[in-house]
Amino acid sequence: MIDRRCFLKSSGLALVGGGLLPNVFVKMANAATTKGRKVLVAIFQRGAVDGLNVVVPYAEAAYAAARPTIAIPRPGSGEGAAIDLDGFFGVHPSLASIVPYFKDRSAAFVHAVGSPDATRSHFDAQDFMESGTPGVKSTEDGFLSRAVAEGKPASPLRAVSIGPSLPRILSGSAGAVAMTSIGQFGVRGGERIASGFESMYAEAVAGALGGTAKESFEAARILKSAAPETVKPANGAVYPLNPLGNSLKQIAQLIKSNVGLEVAFADVGGWDTHAGEGGAQGILANNLRNFGDAIAAFARDLGSRMGDVVLVTMSEFGRTVRENGNRGTDHGHANSMLVFGGGVTGGKVGGRWPGLTDLYEDRDLAITTDFRDVFGELLSRHLGVPSLQRVFPSYDCAPSKWRGLMA
Amino acid sequence: MKRLLVPLSALLLLTGAAPDSHLTERQRALHALDRLAFGPRPGEVDRVMAEGVGVWIDRQLQPERIDDSAVEARVRTFETLRMTNAELMREFYQPVVQARRERKHDQAASDPEAIRELRQNSRRVLGELVAQRIVRAEFSERQLNEVMVDFWMNHFNVFAGKGIDRFLLTSYERDTIRPHIWGRFEDLLLATAKSPAMLFYLDNARSVADRGRRDPRVQRRLAIRRPEMANKGGINENYAREIMELHTLGVDGGYTQTDVTELARVFTGWSIDRATGEFRFRPALHDEGSKSVLGIHFPAGGGMDEGLRIIHVLAHHPATAHHIALQLCQRLVSDDPPAALVDRVARKFLDTGGDLRETVKAVIGSPEFWDPAADHAKVKTPFEYVISALRAVQATVDDPLPIARALRQIGEPLYGAQPPTGYSDKADAWINTGALINRLNFALALAANRLPGVHTDVAALGSDVDRLAMAMTGGDLTEATRATIRSRMPADDAGENARLPMIAGLILGSPEFQRR
Repeated sequence: MIDRRCFLKSSGLALVGGGLLPNVFVKMANAATTKGRKVLVAIFQRGAVDGLNVVVPYAEAAYAAARPTIAIPRPGSGEGAAIDLDGFFGVHPSLASIVPYFKDRSAAFVHAVGSPDATRSHFDAQDFMESGTPGVKSTEDGFLSRAVAEGKPASPLRAVSIGPSLPRILSGSAGAVAMTSIGQFGVRGGERIASGFESMYAEAVAGALGGTAKESFEAARILKSAAPETVKPANGAVYPLNPLGNSLKQIAQLIKSNVGLEVAFADVGGWDTHAGEGGAQGILANNLRNFGDAIAAFARDLGSRMGDVVLVTMSEFGRTVRENGNRGTDHGHANSMLVFGGGVTGGKVGGRWPGLTDLYEDRDLAITTDFRDVFGELLSRHLGVPSLQRVFPSYDCAPSKWRGLMA
Repeated sequence: MKRLLVPLSALLLLTGAAPDSHLTERQRALHALDRLAFGPRPGEVDRVMAEGVGVWIDRQLQPERIDDSAVEARVRTFETLRMTNAELMREFYQPVVQARRERKHDQAASDPEAIRELRQNSRRVLGELVAQRIVRAEFSERQLNEVMVDFWMNHFNVFAGKGIDRFLLTSYERDTIRPHIWGRFEDLLLATAKSPAMLFYLDNARSVADRGRRDPRVQRRLAIRRPEMANKGGINENYAREIMELHTLGVDGGYTQTDVTELARVFTGWSIDRATGEFRFRPALHDEGSKSVLGIHFPAGGGMDEGLRIIHVLAHHPATAHHIALQLCQRLVSDDPPAALVDRVARKFLDTGGDLRETVKAVIGSPEFWDPAADHAKVKTPFEYVISALRAVQATVDDPLPIARALRQIGEPLYGAQPPTGYSDKADAWINTGALINRLNFALALAANRLPGVHTDVAALGSDVDRLAMAMTGGDLTEATRATIRSRMPADDAGENARLPMIAGLILGSPEFQRR
């Protein structure tokens, strides 16, 4: 591919089509006048999702050629075909439930995005992406924690991860909370027991455990009185019965209960598709259906409140352009991301497409957008983080490099 | 590492302890039981002191000489633990596959209830495997052996949730890991490389040579006998990468992407026999061409020997020695062990040809292991926390399922680590708002006999806070913590029956008990 085309043309297309509609969530939010706190929801697809089969560059001949058995068929070619986004990219058919949001411009994708470090180790790449300092292993905290810490200390529940352990991305001074089930977060056994634990952990002997405990007890107290677990999904939203559906349902409950949530995090595994990845059907197709349906249910559930929320997906690296011997793909480089919610200038695949003929290390999609520029834009324009200097140390996260994802 | 050392020594000075201070004999016994066992049972600190800490450790280093008949008798009741891969697949997996196939062909004739029953039955395999790990960790007299089983199972992690691995893990732990953890690292590494569980988990069983790179005679024969295999083609890098990154050299061990691809070619043909469910090298699928890995040249046509040769190289590589030494020190000494210690342990590993008993001994025998700075420096992993709590209250476990469930809630389901890295051995991964609450709730439920099938009689361990604390922790609780518990649980309050379990729950949930 000779021309490294810049593709913001999709927004032009959208204007011709149904694009005169503004982002649906902004419209709903204006109508409902719920001016709530802004929330960023980050979803980590652990294991490296194959972004080339999520946002499919079907118009490029090299795509199908590199993937004889797992390429997603061109839009309009029958069952299992990609759903067209902008005449160049299509989206995997399993993400059909997201497409309406793309069409009404509340969802956007970014392609050829990733972490510039060359590692193809899951562990290192996740670590670098979560610390926000690719190539630097000594960073002790996660960038979302640093972003939250830029603001004024507010609710003990301002940063929450759904899961049994706190992910790297939220570890640090923000005092983020990890919980598997918001309804069961609290010490059982009565006030005397709870206060017993509280005093024990207030003693010096608790050391680093003490701070953790203090936050736990405060968070538990707030949750007990707000009882977010009793909030039912609204607007007829039905969450799929999978771990991500469960996580997003709980995040929605926290948002609707106004407990002071600013950043929420959930992860979802199963993307390391070395074998049996498949095309329109297979492991990736099933995972994406679970994934897309959970996100669509979340948006539907939040309704107008989604005007305050931006959801973003990330994964440690992409996968090889060429399929391997097992209808799968091996570890690669650049990937695609989804950005979705209120204030998002959606309906486009943002970024700069490097093409599939000039590959990174002769095998992978090259990175043309640093993931920090995607997050930098969201943190700054959505959450209003005043400075990104400490969030992404020694990286110039300049607005000139942002991809125009937020209005 | 330097960064951490400075504040630690500063802290020692602040608290008035001389830098050259030593642990008391009681502290040494407790330290040994915390690090080389899953925590003390009531009275055990005294027993180890009476025997002599050094003598106890020497015994633990020779687990095969320790009588463990009681726990082995218990474990023998789990029938699936004695079955081979082929037997397990035949009895628990194939019936489900068969039933599903029949259902596809003839909806009417199939009974969904029967399929559900078959699937339920198939869960028994993993259920019994989980049960034996919990039972052995709590009750085995060979405690250090169980600690090292935990370490090596995690080092060579295999995830039960991936396909048929839930049937292959039984043999993996029994035949691949357990027999080799006190021998040479190379033997352990080779056993894992040939294990069906690992071959399946990291996709090597499916990694085959590109068609043009197979022996043409074999390929012709294959085309006639197994055309579906003859047409397959392509390597899978998954195992080749992880054996270097995680199992041997470490991520900074100096290999390149080219090394990964070349090594994947070396391991083509290392596969699983469908009939026996055991390892089988398939020459027909092996890459015949010449290769180069880590600067070592492999002439064309090396067959399976290439893999054996590279395993030998990896097993004795200085980067491997350093990587294994670092991980052992992180497990047994501290999250950021002193570099000098790691270097010494790595040297021992190399000098002894990767003798794992000698390597572990080098850690335990080091001054750093016994340094007061290392005392209680480690935060317990969920597995260590749960098992040490069971031991502290001498819980009997008729049904390990509630324990398995607790481990899931606290964040470390057994055989449940999906990524090949396994679980973290460092505190940051485990100490967070939320996980702590789950630990406290487990402590309360255990002490109050609210876990079905798990029973403890805390009243038999002591009748007040001090006695209970001494029995359950070997003297590990500070006066401040005990005073807090006393003030919340006055003697005249509630009945004895309710009071003592609550005290025991508070002890198990105390900050001191989160550490080892």
